[in-house]
Amino acid sequence: MARITLSNLAHSYLPHPKGAEDYALKRIDHAWEDGKAYALLGPSGCGKTTLLNIISGLITPSEGRVLFGERDVTELATEQRNIAQVFQFPVVYDTMTVFDNLAFPLRNRGADAAAVDARVRAVAEMLDLTGSLKRKARGLTADAKQKISLGRGMVREDVAAILFDEPLTVIDPQLKWQLRTQLKALHREFTHTMIYVTHDQTEALTFADEVVVMFDGEVVQIGAPEDLFERPQHTFVGYFIGSPGMNVLPARIEGSVARLGETALPLGRAYDALNTEKVEIGVRPEFASLTGEGDGLPVTIKRIEDVGRHRIVRADFHGQEINVIVTEGASLNAEMTRVRFDPGHVNVYADGWLVEGSAL
Amino acid sequence: MDKTVNHRAWFMVLPVVLLVAFSAVIPLMTVVNYSIQDTFGNNQFFWAGLEWFEQILSSERFHNALLRQFIFSFIILGIEVPLGIIVALSMPKRGWTVSLCLVLMALPLLIPWNVVGTIWQIFGRVDIGLLGATLNALGIDYNYTQDWLAAWLTVIVMDVWHWTSLVALLCYAGLVSIPQAYYQAARIDGASRWKVFRYIELPKMNRVLLIAILLRFMDSFMIYTEPFVVTGGGPGNSTTFLSIDLVKMAIGQFDLGPAAAFSLVYFLIILLLSWVFYTVMTNVGVDQPRGEKGQ
Amino acid sequence: MTLTLDGVSKLVDGRTHIHPTTLTLQRGSLNVLLGPTLSGKTSLMRLMAGLDRPSSGKVLWDGEDVTGRRVQDRKVAMVYQQFINYPTLSVFENIASPLRLQGLARKEIRRKVEDAAELVKLTPLLQRKPLELSGGQQQRTALARALVKGAELILLDEPLANLDYKLREELRAEIPRLFQEAGAIFVYATTEPHEALLLGGNTATLWEGKVTQFGPTPQVYRQPGDATTASVFSDPPMNFLEFTKSGGHMVYRAEQSSPALGAVGALPDGRYRAGFRANHLTIERPAGEALSFTAQVAITELTGSESFVHLDYGKDRWIALVHGVRAPAVGQAIEVFVDPAHLYFFDEAGGLVATAAYAAAA
Repeated sequence: MARITLSNLAHSYLPHPKGAEDYALKRIDHAWEDGKAYALLGPSGCGKTTLLNIISGLITPSEGRVLFGERDVTELATEQRNIAQVFQFPVVYDTMTVFDNLAFPLRNRGADAAAVDARVRAVAEMLDLTGSLKRKARGLTADAKQKISLGRGMVREDVAAILFDEPLTVIDPQLKWQLRTQLKALHREFTHTMIYVTHDQTEALTFADEVVVMFDGEVVQIGAPEDLFERPQHTFVGYFIGSPGMNVLPARIEGSVARLGETALPLGRAYDALNTEKVEIGVRPEFASLTGEGDGLPVTIKRIEDVGRHRIVRADFHGQEINVIVTEGASLNAEMTRVRFDPGHVNVYADGWLVEGSAL
Repeated sequence: MDKTVNHRAWFMVLPVVLLVAFSAVIPLMTVVNYSIQDTFGNNQFFWAGLEWFEQILSSERFHNALLRQFIFSFIILGIEVPLGIIVALSMPKRGWTVSLCLVLMALPLLIPWNVVGTIWQIFGRVDIGLLGATLNALGIDYNYTQDWLAAWLTVIVMDVWHWTSLVALLCYAGLVSIPQAYYQAARIDGASRWKVFRYIELPKMNRVLLIAILLRFMDSFMIYTEPFVVTGGGPGNSTTFLSIDLVKMAIGQFDLGPAAAFSLVYFLIILLLSWVFYTVMTNVGVDQPRGEKGQ
Repeated sequence: MTLTLDGVSKLVDGRTHIHPTTLTLQRGSLNVLLGPTLSGKTSLMRLMAGLDRPSSGKVLWDGEDVTGRRVQDRKVAMVYQQFINYPTLSVFENIASPLRLQGLARKEIRRKVEDAAELVKLTPLLQRKPLELSGGQQQRTALARALVKGAELILLDEPLANLDYKLREELRAEIPRLFQEAGAIFVYATTEPHEALLLGGNTATLWEGKVTQFGPTPQVYRQPGDATTASVFSDPPMNFLEFTKSGGHMVYRAEQSSPALGAVGALPDGRYRAGFRANHLTIERPAGEALSFTAQVAITELTGSESFVHLDYGKDRWIALVHGVRAPAVGQAIEVFVDPAHLYFFDEAGGLVATAAYAAAA
């Protein structure tokens, strides 16, 4: 087990890339610490699967190097890298039993029967598969098959890292809960480095110690789930994480006040003059509230969606959409025509990137 | 899944039904008719009952032809199926070479069968045939008109040349449908090439392999044109397979009764063996009848 | 027009895929079929469309029996999970295809296609081929094609399942708008309770081929008729507690007993299963009366705005949904609380005994 370093890495599927748009993966320099759980989060086409396949060796990058510890593995084939990968669709060997499926990677490397038996049973125990060990893999449900795929990845103790490529896609929502907690428990127990690719923010934020957010082949932000939530570095991160995503509104910033139209909103920090046209404030719906009178943005309420544990109010401010989350039990009536933001959670963005500002 | 009933469909099928009736069912009934009667050819029929069947089934000539046929079919299957699989595994799956390969593979299948026979007949001739002359020049005593072993080898090689492509193309179709993820997972699991074949490719090719084997078995069991053109059934009767024997009897000797009985027995044997093959192959590897959505 | 399923069932090879079902869908209603995979959503939709013939029962449109009628003769449109479009036709042609079959005039076709494209926001992409588009755009094309023919019944079989989570959100927000414009009966199948709640309308919960409940979505959510419906319509999964009520006490886990507070006190003596949703299980003591339990933290999941605390209570696994970032240590025993007004009471067979007090009051 070792640190995985990506140095000057970039990848293009075309033989002679000319500009940035020809690259599926733009320049990235990052080190994955040993033993941590990471998530690669982004929409489809953002390059996350390409990055995962470069780490596992299924793709050789067109530029840059991949290092495991001190060793340069860029040219090495997958088998020699000691990586385990779990794919989106369960990959099981239909003709073998569950036991043989789990034992396969060990037997291919010539482990002796007793060691294989012990290890397979340990992994099966962790994944709740002990009862099905003797059954043929073919007739099992999708989530059982995915667990077998997972188990095959875990069964080798000396793997450098375990990579997951959207593994819960085919799983029912009810069962996703179980599998997610099992994955997390597995990470605590086995302490391998785990890299989890997904487009689902809940999966990414619940699983990872650190999340790498990608967009259009670039890494936009790397941080712990709370940081991504509280202080997104880019409006894309604010939009992509959170359901609904962050409200982004064009504004004029004067010191510690933001002006939207006629209304002035207090900010939690003070800002110098920003020399760009594109200035916006970003506030998450969780930190917005509806109020009757007093200060706040005047809005018209378009729709209220009841999601059980809270309600999402979709309001309109001069053609721009503002979403507010109202908790269950909180009151909501027709007199509430103004939206207030919690000043401590209003972020300022210039050209899409977060501006730090100074303390008040 | 039963769809809603649509009676218009019957009218669409009617022309085909009539065609099949005239070209197959009615002639078949005629054969049955001949097989249970005796005739001297002038439209006079005498009831013969099962006499022709008894005669055929006890005739040594029939038994020999049947034995030859079985041996031939099993040799053919034994060579063409593994060879077809190997060829399919070696064919490229991506890029411009795919179309080229597919065309080359299809070529032998497009040649009319008697032309195939003629090609090999000339190819193997000792005097002007490239193969025949070369082999004899190398010192090998090869003459398919005189030596039964040479005749068998020629017919077998010709059939393999002609039909292996079918097996290869069918298996290729099965292979091409395997998602990349399986190969990637196998690489990660450290599986050897043989294991990849045994645990991923072979199970996925099962269905197409079944079709290929069934087709090749039926066709080789009924083979007529190619060996007839090359050897005529000779030397002696060493390459007289069942259909060649049947034709000799029906047209050569004009023994319509026994020939008709022979045809029916032949037909029933093929039907029985195909059914056995099919049942055995579809039941291998079936343990849980549980259906799964999307799989 | 109204669609009525009267005692409709489907048996395949002796196995019941759909139990006899009677359901009426009103004109201009959005109906969600909610249930896990293989619960019968697709089978039921196929019976509604006429793609399959029911093994028993009748399908009625406005009272008229159409059970034997071919699907081509009914005014039905269907959108599938796998973005099905004609790959060789442009987006314009794809959307126009049902209209061409109907034999409309060219000007009319053009007008309708442009209207539909406008509705699904595809106007700049009309000349592209489906394979050049993103997943979301392909699905919009399929949606437009379904809407353009003015069908009276539009069936959507998990149409957003193959899309990115954010794209799914965007497209899902547009479905109510499309639905209003179309004025047809919409039937939307999904496995996610969250989607059913966001779409509104009516919901039918399915479990193993049976429709367990059908009614306005908030009502089915807040007042489930049995434990199965409550489970199907909960995400995170519903928490359950088995207890026996005797006299003024409730006894659970065979040892512990506590006074029967609030709604519990109103129950007759006996054995029950109480169900409560994750967001009603709290780590902080609530203001009013509350039942308290000591459970062990199994694992915590953080989503930034909320935390899911997974707890082991005896052999049961509970999930508490709490606001903010809270991460109690794994293995720690903590006290958790439930307001009795949030408890649904079921008998041992799963039938509803009393609905939660807070839901009844709303």
